[in-house]
Amino acid sequence: MFWNSREEEMTRDDIEKLQLELLVRNIDYAYENIPFYRDRFDEKGIKAKDIKSLKDLQNIPFTTKDDFRNNYPFGLFATDMKKIVRIHASSGTTGKPTVVGYTKKDLETWSNLVARIAVAAGVTDNDIVHIAFGYGLFTGGFGLHYGLEKVGASVVPASSGNTKRQIMLMQDYGATVLVCTPSYALHIGETAQKLGIDVHKDLKLKIGLLGAEPWSNQMRKKIEERLGLKAYDNYGLSEVMGPGVAGECEAQDGMHIAEDNFIVEIINPETGIPVEDGEYGELVVTPLTKEALPIFRYRTRDITRIKKDRCLCGRTFARMDKPIGRTDDMLIIRGVNVFPSQIEEVLFSIEGISPHYQIILERDGALDKATILVEANANLFFDEMKKQRQFMDRINAELKSALGIEITAKLVEPYSIERSEGKAKRIIDKRKF
Amino acid sequence: MDIEKYKIPQISVFIENKKGRFYNTTNAMREAGVNIRAMSLADTMDFGILRFVVDKPKEAYDALIESDFIVKKNDIMAIAIDDECGGLSKLLKVVSDLDLNVEYMYTFVNSLDKRAVMLFKFEDIDSAIQKLSDSNINLLDQEYFNRI
Ligand SMILES: [Zn+2]
Repeated sequence: MFWNSREEEMTRDDIEKLQLELLVRNIDYAYENIPFYRDRFDEKGIKAKDIKSLKDLQNIPFTTKDDFRNNYPFGLFATDMKKIVRIHASSGTTGKPTVVGYTKKDLETWSNLVARIAVAAGVTDNDIVHIAFGYGLFTGGFGLHYGLEKVGASVVPASSGNTKRQIMLMQDYGATVLVCTPSYALHIGETAQKLGIDVHKDLKLKIGLLGAEPWSNQMRKKIEERLGLKAYDNYGLSEVMGPGVAGECEAQDGMHIAEDNFIVEIINPETGIPVEDGEYGELVVTPLTKEALPIFRYRTRDITRIKKDRCLCGRTFARMDKPIGRTDDMLIIRGVNVFPSQIEEVLFSIEGISPHYQIILERDGALDKATILVEANANLFFDEMKKQRQFMDRINAELKSALGIEITAKLVEPYSIERSEGKAKRIIDKRKF
Repeated sequence: MDIEKYKIPQISVFIENKKGRFYNTTNAMREAGVNIRAMSLADTMDFGILRFVVDKPKEAYDALIESDFIVKKNDIMAIAIDDECGGLSKLLKVVSDLDLNVEYMYTFVNSLDKRAVMLFKFEDIDSAIQKLSDSNINLLDQEYFNRI
């Protein structure tokens, strides 16, 4: 099923023609309305009329989170506050949050794009959708909410917290679609099991629309098993809109990017130069249809790759892989670059490992010491010390061979790793540099 | 002979080497009205394996699972020896002569009948029961642990 059949099946030529047209228009629009971009374009001698092909986009400087901070709170808005009808903000862990604004037209665009990814995952107006994303400044809750209403589904805005109650609501209302973070989906599955709920009989879930944090395909398998649904990934970030930038279709083979609304590039995060097609690098997004916040070449810090070959579903939009990590999540352990998702991939490939883990980084003299806490369960516990040690050695060896560094796995008791209702806290870095 | 009769259910619990975890384990069983007859702790730097023989194995298992412990049930053998010099040595000679593979063992002394009880985890419990019983070794059954 397609939500916007005409757009989602555009030819590559038509997509690029449209993108160029919108880009040129946006450069003019930003120049006229945002002092920050006027100065920047003047400084670099960028004029809309000089943009002849999409390649010319590369002359435009990147926009970063710092640009948002320096223009806090509303400095990057292209419209006056009278036209702004919604404000969201990201949870900056350091410093000021990034603030984003939406006009009525922007909200319309946004909910249309969210409707698109929901329908691509199989959601229809017959579905009952349980949204366990936190509502508030975070774009996840409201973003999915209005998109799913647009589809015509029955939306239950449960928000986050009180997992037992969430399960009761899903059971009583017969929710068929669950919206939350992947780690919270797992937690719901685990809690349901503890409560003696049979997810196949007592719950009616079919589809999970999960996002807002990186997760591996192994984790997808675990979620699908535990909740008895098909889990679909989607992607977005508040600076360029929110959820709805990209989403998986039923082929579950990459997330289709709404290329009629965004131009995406993959660059080498160190040099800023675009990488070869199909290679991993940092995702850079230029929204094309935003009225309040038309920014250019936003550096997402997400590491992913893009493929443009034809998808089984028939959509022509390019697909991005699940991000394997964030440039700022990249751990440097003993001089080696490691993404938490790589560690997750290794752990989850070992039969029986529970999906809850935490990486602890410490300094042992001059050396980094990395420990992974894994929760014990009956599958990982052997009554004999010898077998237990062999098992732990096997995990350590697999981590070593996949990552090239020494990481020690340590079994901890069940439920000793904190459960999160939002994004999971996977890394505790106690190193002091 | 009835081999099953001489299989003693043992409860093994995974515990982290953290303050209070040992107590929590025993407390969970106390609350379930379970009496611990014998126990051993095998530990490493990070974690330990607590092993118990109790009077009510099923209740103990359920109570520990209910308290979110990681628990395994398996069968071991209990052998009574005279609580006197050389008693253990005699038994171990038999075990060794029979070529039985011991995974681990521990002991406790029953002060009532002046006997020491050795608990053995053999690799192949069925053959161990058969062979030891043929060698006139005094095997104990679960009844014994319910009684004392
Ligand atoms: Zn597709």
